Amino acid sequence: MFYREAGQFKTTYQDDQAVFPVLQDKAAVFLLILVAYAVPFVADEYWLQAIFIQFLVFALMAIGLNILMGYAGQVSLGTGAFAAVGAYACYKLTTNIEGMNIIVAILLSGGCAAAVGVVFGLPSLRIKGFYLAVATLAAQFFILWLFNKVGWFYNNNPSGTITAPPRELFGVLITGPSASPEARYIVCLTFLIVFAWFAKNLVRGRIGRNWMAIRDMDIAAEIIGIRPLQTKLLAFAISSFYCGVAGALMIFCWLGSAETEAFDLVNVSFRVLFMIIIGGLGSIGGSIMGAAFIILVPIFLTNFPPMVGLDISTALQKHLEEIIFGVMIVFFLIVEPEGFARLWQILREKLRKWPFPY
Amino acid sequence: MKFRKLVLATAATVVGLGTFAAAEIAKADEQFFPMLVYRTGAYAPSGIPVANGFRDYYTLLNKRDGGINGVTVTFEECETQYKTNLGVECYEKLKGNGPTGASLFNPYSTGITYQLIPKASVDKIPILSMGYGRTSAADGRVFEWVFNPPATYWSQASAVIKYFSRRAGGYDKLAGKKIVHLHHNSAYGKEANPTLEVLAKRYGFKLTLVPVDHPGQEQASQWRQIRRIKPDFIFMSGWGVMNQVAIKEAGNIRYPMDQFVGNWWSGSDADVVPAGDGAKGYLSTTFHGAGSDFGVHADIIKHIYGGDAAAAKENKVGEVLYNRGVVNAMFATEAVRTAQAKFGNKSLTGEQVRWGLENLNITQETLDKLGFKGMVSPLKITCEDHETMGPVIIQKWDGAKWSYASEWLTPMRDIVRPLVEADAAAYAKENNITPRNCN
Amino acid sequence: MEFLESILVTPFIEIWESPYYFIELVLVGLSTGVLYSLVALGFVLIFKASGMFNFAQGAMVLFAALTLVGLMEHGLPLWAALILSVATMVGLAFLVERFMLRHLVNQEGLILFMATIGLNFILEGTGQLMWGSDVKRLEIGIPDQPFDILGGKVLLNTFDVTAAFIGALLVITLAVFFQKTPMGRALRAVADDHQAALSVGIPLKTIWIAVWTIAGIVALVAGIVWGAKSGVQFSLSLIALKALPVLILGGFTSVPGAIVGGLIIGVGEKVAEGFWGPALGGAIENWFAYMLALAFLVFRPQGLFGEKIIERV
Repeated sequence: MFYREAGQFKTTYQDDQAVFPVLQDKAAVFLLILVAYAVPFVADEYWLQAIFIQFLVFALMAIGLNILMGYAGQVSLGTGAFAAVGAYACYKLTTNIEGMNIIVAILLSGGCAAAVGVVFGLPSLRIKGFYLAVATLAAQFFILWLFNKVGWFYNNNPSGTITAPPRELFGVLITGPSASPEARYIVCLTFLIVFAWFAKNLVRGRIGRNWMAIRDMDIAAEIIGIRPLQTKLLAFAISSFYCGVAGALMIFCWLGSAETEAFDLVNVSFRVLFMIIIGGLGSIGGSIMGAAFIILVPIFLTNFPPMVGLDISTALQKHLEEIIFGVMIVFFLIVEPEGFARLWQILREKLRKWPFPY
Repeated sequence: MKFRKLVLATAATVVGLGTFAAAEIAKADEQFFPMLVYRTGAYAPSGIPVANGFRDYYTLLNKRDGGINGVTVTFEECETQYKTNLGVECYEKLKGNGPTGASLFNPYSTGITYQLIPKASVDKIPILSMGYGRTSAADGRVFEWVFNPPATYWSQASAVIKYFSRRAGGYDKLAGKKIVHLHHNSAYGKEANPTLEVLAKRYGFKLTLVPVDHPGQEQASQWRQIRRIKPDFIFMSGWGVMNQVAIKEAGNIRYPMDQFVGNWWSGSDADVVPAGDGAKGYLSTTFHGAGSDFGVHADIIKHIYGGDAAAAKENKVGEVLYNRGVVNAMFATEAVRTAQAKFGNKSLTGEQVRWGLENLNITQETLDKLGFKGMVSPLKITCEDHETMGPVIIQKWDGAKWSYASEWLTPMRDIVRPLVEADAAAYAKENNITPRNCN
Repeated sequence: MEFLESILVTPFIEIWESPYYFIELVLVGLSTGVLYSLVALGFVLIFKASGMFNFAQGAMVLFAALTLVGLMEHGLPLWAALILSVATMVGLAFLVERFMLRHLVNQEGLILFMATIGLNFILEGTGQLMWGSDVKRLEIGIPDQPFDILGGKVLLNTFDVTAAFIGALLVITLAVFFQKTPMGRALRAVADDHQAALSVGIPLKTIWIAVWTIAGIVALVAGIVWGAKSGVQFSLSLIALKALPVLILGGFTSVPGAIVGGLIIGVGEKVAEGFWGPALGGAIENWFAYMLALAFLVFRPQGLFGEKIIERV
């Protein structure tokens, strides 16, 4: 009833090619963004600092990986490493260059990550499918080893960890321990929105179509004149750029301080992979929903028993949480293997006809 | 249908998530202690006894003494699985609990400690990282909110070298000796390296650093390297499964166990039990006694386990890491007691507990009274020195229990303290902190 | 320049100068490599039969070993505990078939992979829920004594040798089973083409249960061998990561690939750590395994024994 697009006529090509051609969609997205910006006024510090910021950082990483895997079809398990490149680069830039704007530093560190991503993307020309995972896995282990081993990366401090120094943006402290969670949240949210918007436009343009052609069959794509080298490497570069920016935000806006272990294979690379599979490969919105699922559900399960007054031991609670989370994943895949993105499509179809489906 | 159910379930989840930001009911005269524990996951064998030690000591205070000077001790566990992201979540969740917020945090993970150090001064909640975390936090002028008594990794390393020198027959005999530092390849494991390098230069022994990557299940090549080096002593900074495998591998190359010393995170019951007889004679450092023969254990068994010693043993009472939890809980609660003397017997804020920690003076008399006689050394924290450089002792595993195998060894202050101050100064500069004046 | 020399020249001189150290590393690498093959084999079996990259293999190792040692702690003798553990793994195979595979027929590889991640969480949770997270000592009576060969210049361990022997035996049995028995032929048929196999009357469900059972038993053996070394504890689930480079190197669908790949990775990483590790600062094993696999793949993109990839437009 409310979700009818009939009567919305497009009079210009520009209108017709808008990101959200349906008026209701546009309104809903704007409303969502508005709500997202209003969150700091209602959420307490626990929600902002521990959950929302984490979610934003991982959503950004998931978009990055989805560009590479979902659109360009190149398997990557090196997300953690590329994020680490971003984080360490940002640390080096901010601590060694006096007065550098923090946003510039974050973007530059994304650039560093992109460069590293291109190097480890080179084997993608020869190695395909699951086997390509080896190149990014090599990146994952080698880069973390390097950052752990070479003191230059962490300014030779004996602890071997990097700590985000306090930096201001427009006179407001946004990194470092004294920065308010609200400010950090706003920064991360803005990054996510801008980058998601950019990604959305990227994947529906020429570049995105090239990626999808390569994904669907690279030989055929080559025949119709798409250069596999440039296209694949560009996907690696942009994906790593996203991961690098997310990595920098991870240290500067969320964790505050970390060692290489914070970027390890299981906790970051695999986790982001889970997000995009659950969310839906080849979907920007899906990446965000997948990140929400993987991050929020365990937190909800942990907090649920005490909430309803159940007093069970910590260990038991954690084990139950793992079991339920696992069952949920399997159940969800059986019900909807294509992920949240597909679910959203179905929902839209249903909404269109609601309340008169026939 | 399926689809509709799913939508309903999602909606229910969202509503559930929204409502549980439930309000805390404030009660008077309670002192809240948050507990970051890891009872599951890869490091659970170490995490369980520590958590039990904390829990039992807090409960004991309530049951035996009716709290700290009449103020009830409350606590809540939060599972971190030793992961930093969960640690942050737990910290944020627990820091505001209780009538006056969390008293102090014991992170029990080097990674989480690093995370919390910058936050401590902002949230005004002190961190008590007992024998782990950032070494340079010992400089109280820069790290006002962090306390790491009774000794740090660097102090420990110097004490171990002191022990080696005694075994060799004097410092002058160390020259030309070969010492291997087998360490976990992480911030934690590498912590002792700079100090060891300084000491190697000073005493002329040959130091080889052999890192083992996480998790440390595979150490065959490292131990073949060691077999080739034929070191006179091995010092190990291991954690988790790495310890068990290392002890097993040492036996595989017939390395004499009495020249193999683990640090205090490589010397718990869980580390030696899987290796069986092969672990007999293994040494490790510690700063407190092991076993359940101390006064405090008698009280714990009586008040918490109803005199059932078997149940107590089942719950790890008397294991090395259990005792560490108890000692840590004692330091924490004594800090609160100290603060109460100044601020009154009521619920104290983190800021007040910090004052208590900084003025903590645990005398032999206090220890005897609390049932820690012979278990731990007295200590006195000052504004400048948050570490105290308490003495370290070597313990030996005889196949069934740990016992002391050396006298108490005082760390070398003249070497360690300048390194601490230099690193603290570097940290202060990087983070725009002006060191406070302690005089 | 000095650095280049230390990684390009010095290690080779050292190999030449200390051959016994080299031999020792190779032998240790081989015995570890067999165990890597064993873990990798669990992956290969399931991948062949159901096209599923089984992320839960590591959790299965943990779960099987925990069940065994948990039962033994309750006073059962080793043989009884072994039988019961195998029975548990058979039961697990039934449950996986009934509640997972059956509903996910014909899905894409990544979806199946994700489903095994769910299984991974379930197994880790259940295993620890039932038997606790504490480290448990596993004593199965394999002698554990160092012994000398080559006139005392090379030191080996009876346990490692026995473990390698058990692993090799299991690997050979499985290879024979696959090549020579009717069941094995049926398995290979299913691996080649589900539908064709179904149409000639091969019962798909039975095959799946059989494969998951075998993978479960392989996991149990791997769990016993590693568990006896380090104690049975959560970290066992992490050794699955060690099988990743082996799999990629050997090819996901090849039993001989898993064996040869395991040996190459085992020897390669031990020798690299022993000779190149000191120059590079140590702990290079993990990434070296992947770099080695990568180097091989650049020349053979389908893995050592993988089927040649034929691309048609």
